[in-house]
Amino acid sequence: MKVVLQNLTKKFPNRNKGVRSDVIAVNNFDMEIPDGKLVSLLGPSGCGKSTALNLLSGLLKPSSGKIFFGEDDVTDLPAENRGVGLVFQNYALYPHLTVRQNIMFPLENLKGAAKLTKAQMQEKALEAAKLVQIHELMDRKPNELSGGQQQRVAITRALVKMPRLLLLDEPLSNLDARLRLQTREELRRIQNETGITTIFVTHDQEEAMSISDMIIVMKEGVIQQTGRPQDVYDSPVNLFVAKFLGTPPINVFAGEVKDGSLYIGQDKVCTVKGAANKPVWVGIRPEGFELDENGTLSCSLVGVEVMGRDITVISNNAASESGAIRAIISAENRVDTSAPVVRFNVKSNKIFLFDKETEARLDCEIG
Amino acid sequence: MDKNNWKAWLYLLPAVLFLGVFMVYPLVDVFVYSFEEGYNSASQTFFGVGGYNYSYILHDPYFLQAVKNTFILVIITVPVSTGLALLISVALNSIKPLRNLYQTVYFLPYVTNTLAVGLVFMILFKKTAYSDGLINLLINWFGGESVDFIDGPYWAKMFVLCFYTVWVVMPFKILILTGALASVNQDYYNAAKVDGTSRGRIFTRITLPMISPTIFYLVITGFIGAFKAYSDAVALFGTDLNAAGMNTIVGYVYDMLYGNSDGYPSYASAAAIVLFAIVLTITCINLLISKKHVHY
Amino acid sequence: MHQTEFERIERSARIRKRVLRVVIYTLLTIWGLIVLFPFYWMILTSVKSYGSYNSEYIPAFITLSPTLENYAHAFTAVPLARYFTNTLIFTVVTTAIMLVVTVLAAFAFARLNFKGKNLVFTLFLALMMIPNELVVITNYVTITDLDLRNTFAGLILPSVTSVFYIYLLKENFSQIPDNLYYAAKVDGTSDFKYLMKVMVPICKPTIITVAILKIIECWNSYVWPRLVTDDELYFLVSNGIQSIRENGFGRENIPAMMAAVVVISVPLIILFLIFRKKIMAGVARGGMKG
Repeated sequence: MKVVLQNLTKKFPNRNKGVRSDVIAVNNFDMEIPDGKLVSLLGPSGCGKSTALNLLSGLLKPSSGKIFFGEDDVTDLPAENRGVGLVFQNYALYPHLTVRQNIMFPLENLKGAAKLTKAQMQEKALEAAKLVQIHELMDRKPNELSGGQQQRVAITRALVKMPRLLLLDEPLSNLDARLRLQTREELRRIQNETGITTIFVTHDQEEAMSISDMIIVMKEGVIQQTGRPQDVYDSPVNLFVAKFLGTPPINVFAGEVKDGSLYIGQDKVCTVKGAANKPVWVGIRPEGFELDENGTLSCSLVGVEVMGRDITVISNNAASESGAIRAIISAENRVDTSAPVVRFNVKSNKIFLFDKETEARLDCEIG
Repeated sequence: MDKNNWKAWLYLLPAVLFLGVFMVYPLVDVFVYSFEEGYNSASQTFFGVGGYNYSYILHDPYFLQAVKNTFILVIITVPVSTGLALLISVALNSIKPLRNLYQTVYFLPYVTNTLAVGLVFMILFKKTAYSDGLINLLINWFGGESVDFIDGPYWAKMFVLCFYTVWVVMPFKILILTGALASVNQDYYNAAKVDGTSRGRIFTRITLPMISPTIFYLVITGFIGAFKAYSDAVALFGTDLNAAGMNTIVGYVYDMLYGNSDGYPSYASAAAIVLFAIVLTITCINLLISKKHVHY
Repeated sequence: MHQTEFERIERSARIRKRVLRVVIYTLLTIWGLIVLFPFYWMILTSVKSYGSYNSEYIPAFITLSPTLENYAHAFTAVPLARYFTNTLIFTVVTTAIMLVVTVLAAFAFARLNFKGKNLVFTLFLALMMIPNELVVITNYVTITDLDLRNTFAGLILPSVTSVFYIYLLKENFSQIPDNLYYAAKVDGTSDFKYLMKVMVPICKPTIITVAILKIIECWNSYVWPRLVTDDELYFLVSNGIQSIRENGFGRENIPAMMAAVVVISVPLIILFLIFRKKIMAGVARGGMKG
């Protein structure tokens, strides 16, 4: 089932006394989430992504705009009747019920023609539990399970009624690093097997990039960019998106376009076609640097971190806006750590120019 | 460390002293009294040791009346006040505007003098030569006959006593229950809502189990408190509760102490111990039941 | 599912929500009125004149000619001012001694080491289970034997310790990091000075809560004062009210009685309105009335 949002807006009254203006948590969302895909809502905390999720689940009512599930307008439909599955950040497993009872809970709510017998519920619960591989824990209470197991139970509970839409609110943030990696692969697998349209809220860009078919980057209630993860990474629409995606983060310099060339400090880094003469922000991905004795960008060398497969060259440049510059290069390179200066060439597809005021990406050709 | 040792006891001394004299010693003494037959406070002598005091109070019609009154009071007020408090707390928990105002108002009876407000209840319910009183006025409006709730039939008096007791204990229960309800993680409700759970089912399957420890705490303390009822009755019916037929077990204990010729501490002690035994038994039964039904 | 069915669901959900809201507010308001009405009635009655009150066969819900004569009467016909002062003395002294005793004991349990500390603390906790009714008999005999009936000492002494408050304070004291104590020790601070300068200020909120709860308890206490006082000079307000009821203004001067009730109730209600949050939080932490 595809999901369509039309001019969706959610305002909250400002909690600080004296301030009359509302807080706009979700600002004019206009987008379509394709059927059967895994989509990430990505943004820093407080950007309104959880609010957006709650609008989809029906727990919050939008201030304006519409929500469609398939062709149906569900904007005013109460959460109880939307038939979505929701997984909470802290799992929200009922502590007084066993795993089996937790999983069967949504099934017991079915009414009328959809009503199931006890045996059918048991069967469905077991089926779903097998899919998530927790069928051996069915008679335990939630507090007897590890964080990862609780997470799986929560996912099973959301899946068991075969929702039209599965919503996950920061589902991995309470797990430790190793488990997080494992669970996100698991999520990907389950989503592939069930084919349920899934929306996944996270502040972790790596998580979003690694498992999503599509990411939606948000900032302060406004959608910045949507698209396939790699496309967004390779072609960010503005400085915020460029900075938010990628670890280590993109290096940002204050630069200037002058007569078809890009200058960082005194260095003429590369040629630029189609940009007017003016100061700009220059973003260079860490993997966009190449060591070259005659390179166009010179920086004062600070040190080298050897990571095995590749090495990180750390250096300084007066024009850098993001602190020390991190350049990731292949470990086959040798760096003379005693040299005061290191010189780079920059790969043209890893360098982006942004407007100094609007921070929007400048449409130009870099050579 | 050695030096610390006696200094620590110095800090404890006042508490130990007061508790020793006014709590530990009396605790032992009350058992002694209860078995001393024919104790005379004036001469501080007694005839012998035995169960006569218990036998006396158990055959005293005033004591039996007090036990009956206390049990009726407990059986009516504990479920009624707990149920009503639950209803009000759930309602209170589901609103936002005016919630603080309601909460403040509901708490007022807690900080008022039981004796003083009891007087107000008395004049509201009392039928005198001059006026039938406000409550009777209301009853008349609905087509009923006037009843004297203060000096009239037993059930009318019991009704007022129960009503006032509930009025007095509600603030504590509402406060504790609203606290318990508010501390249930909102996510549980959201999860249930998204799963299409009806309000009734959310209440019975989630809210009640989640706050069941608090409910049992209130039931247990409610039983204990109701068994010790006394000043509510005094406020409504005056100090001569035996004459009004509205005495409680605690009232009986005090009447025995306060009575003629320095009172009868032996009978009072026996009655107090019977009360303690009843309360202990009921509390144990409550704890056993709660073990079975409380979900954590 | 069709759009029309959605609309039906939406409509019924909206209607149900509205009905529920009306029901909830009605219920809450009814209980609010039941709680407030006795207060309204006592104030109303207290400003009706003796004559007009007694001539109302059907009680009036408002009065057009309020009078303060009942208040004057309440203070002159019975020693209401005396009851008031007695209660004030009783409350202040009891609370003050109680604070000293409990703070010292809680400090010993929370901070100091001595042999048998755990045993003594367990015994203390066991005392929490003991109902007052069981010990009051012997206390009554003790106070009588000591010839302390109709004295402030007799009123105050049995109620200056509370195991529960010692427990509450001890828990609070224990939360203060040990490092503070060691730092103070290194600086040469004595235990007592540490208690007064560090622990008491840090735990002030709990101490205030305990004090307020004790004040409420004292102000409303009835049973013990009734046992040990039969001389009007030492009556507290509760006993005063009871004696007014039984033989005060000549049985039927209800407006004057209500004036006395208002006077007695007002101090605690003011205290409550000032410390509303503290009192409610304190009671929620385990204050049982009485």
